[in-house]
Amino acid sequence: MTTMGKGRSAVILGLALLILAAGCVSKSTSEKSITVWHWMTDREPAFRELAKRYEAQFGIKVNFDLYAPSDAYSQKVRAAAQGANLPDIFGILGEKRDFSSFIKAGYVLDLTPYMLENNAEWKNSFFAKALAVNEFNEGNTYGIKPGIYGAPIDIMTIQMVYNKALFRELGLNPNRPPQTFAEFLEIGKKIKAANLQGLVSGWGEIWMIDCLANNYAFNIMGKDKVLATIKGRVPYTDPDWIKVLSLFKDMQDSGLLASGVVTMVNKTAEQLFANEKAVFAFNGSWCVNVYKGMNPKLDYGAFLPPKAADKFPMAIWGGAGSSFMINARSKNKEEAVKFLRWLTERGQQAYLAEATNNLPANKDSLSWIPDVMASFAKAMDSATHPNVWGVSEFSPVIEALDKGIQSIIIGEKTPEQVAAEVQKIKERELAKKR
Amino acid sequence: MKIRAVLENYLFVFPAVLIFAVFYIIPFISVFQLSFFDWDGILPTKIFVGLNNFKEIIADKIWWQSVWQSGYITLIALTFQNAIAFLLAWACDREIRMKNFYRVIFFIPPVLSEVVVGLVWQWILNGNYGILNFWLNQFGLANLSRNWLSDPNTALTTVAVVHCWKGFGWGFLLFLAGLQTIPRELYEAARVDGANAWNSFKNVTIPLMIPVVVLVAILTILGTMQVFVLIYTMTGGGPGYHTEVPVLRILASMRGSSRFGYACAQGITFGVILCFISFVQYLVNKKAKA
Repeated sequence: MTTMGKGRSAVILGLALLILAAGCVSKSTSEKSITVWHWMTDREPAFRELAKRYEAQFGIKVNFDLYAPSDAYSQKVRAAAQGANLPDIFGILGEKRDFSSFIKAGYVLDLTPYMLENNAEWKNSFFAKALAVNEFNEGNTYGIKPGIYGAPIDIMTIQMVYNKALFRELGLNPNRPPQTFAEFLEIGKKIKAANLQGLVSGWGEIWMIDCLANNYAFNIMGKDKVLATIKGRVPYTDPDWIKVLSLFKDMQDSGLLASGVVTMVNKTAEQLFANEKAVFAFNGSWCVNVYKGMNPKLDYGAFLPPKAADKFPMAIWGGAGSSFMINARSKNKEEAVKFLRWLTERGQQAYLAEATNNLPANKDSLSWIPDVMASFAKAMDSATHPNVWGVSEFSPVIEALDKGIQSIIIGEKTPEQVAAEVQKIKERELAKKR
Repeated sequence: MKIRAVLENYLFVFPAVLIFAVFYIIPFISVFQLSFFDWDGILPTKIFVGLNNFKEIIADKIWWQSVWQSGYITLIALTFQNAIAFLLAWACDREIRMKNFYRVIFFIPPVLSEVVVGLVWQWILNGNYGILNFWLNQFGLANLSRNWLSDPNTALTTVAVVHCWKGFGWGFLLFLAGLQTIPRELYEAARVDGANAWNSFKNVTIPLMIPVVVLVAILTILGTMQVFVLIYTMTGGGPGYHTEVPVLRILASMRGSSRFGYACAQGITFGVILCFISFVQYLVNKKAKA
């Protein structure tokens, strides 16, 4: 190598080391900031605006980092937890079991002491059902110390919506949605005769079909029996469960279900309903914002799924729509708690509700909501959620039940066959647990 | 001096080996290790379960159904997709008008995003407002119209056909490159000897294209067995389990059930299946060459 060549190599090596060293130097920490990870594309502009307001008021910068879709976000949070790289504030998507694993691993701060400060001022500002999703009670089956581990930022309920214009076209009263399951099926026949599309929903995405099946299970057999089934004390072959599964066959036979509903994703279902191509949709309260964006003139109303039995009340899924948790290992956890408390205060919650058409989690912020949203909010009285039941069904059982319902709808299996298959998987999972 | 030269050589390959180790070997070892554990992907503790995950896979009917279904899609891709790719490449290799235009057109589907292709085809095949059913009705074939992706009788074949549409461009490109390497003199000599077009194709084109056909077949099998995004976008594995494929099942175990250990065992099992298929194909190829 010539001297010239050696000199050039030394310069290149020196530059490379300099770049490496620059990469290793930690970022200046003179400016305080809080990082929040979320998946809510529709709320991103509102979050940014609130972050600006917070910085102007308290001098602390808040970075909202959006990772969408929710599947990708969920994986990112898990990966970050493994690498101990979670941000100051984050949300956990998934079942209560996943939430409990994050707590057990020490990634989630117990917010109970903060919630109980000043006569439980923060705790009492929320709808109780919204907070319950983030609570672990005494004797919970997950082995978590009782407490509140997250703060809800909005609430949701999942119920039926109907198109009033199509109701008129069918000769129905647009202000009277079906009250009973029999009436619902009758409308199905009219829909079929008129060659319209009936009920659309994201039943291709397993959990929404599970949601409606659970609603009817609560209505037909009551909460205690549903929970007894999850605990393994009542089999899925019980006549009441067969009755629940049969409802899906009845809906299909009457013409109530839109063609292709079994592989439909919720986005497609929302497009169909917003474009007035379907009479009914089974959707969450977030749909108010979605439909407004797709068709501001859409005239529709919301109602509880029509009752199939009178012995027990209809229960729908509802509670916290989205929640935020504080990273227990964060250096900024005190600042993060302050920000989360501020975010869930009346003014900020009212702004979020107005800007995003989501129901606020703070019960004092309901002053501004449109009529359709009010009917979703009203349904909170009938709301329940798997995350507040204290027990969780095995995931393979949920999958078998939901896929089984798809098979019933496409006429491939009978309710009895599906019930037997689900029970078999349930027994297998119970045996594994033992 | 010799040692220095050897060290220098190692120094040059070191970055590549390091990258390969970090991004391929270490993750592979981790996946293999995890397949013997019960782990939810969050808790720091993992429970050793030995071969239990693999035993469960053997008894998992849905898993084997998904393997069979990806085999079915692969079979359609091997025959239908590659036959079309070969015929189109053969046509473009001849002196036809606008052949360069066709070459570009045929290569568009493979470069499109699978998510976009899935969503577009979902719209085309929709039972309520899809254009396929619209045109079937227009041509008086209303009895054929159906909800292609929600009907258990058509869902799997439909996704297989869409997969073929998306993938035939790769085969086309490789076949075209292979055809262009065949010396034109061989065709001229065959013509002089009295061979017609069919004879030239049978006795010149096909024998010389066998290595390319084998290559395309291997790539088709390995690529199609791992099909995932297209199906995830179009049907999500439904209706029921009718379009489930192994990668969807692995994802369901990981994301739906939070069973990372079981998902890793499924990944290892699937890897073994792919290796076995490749080995069989290698043997067949070797025998054919001999």
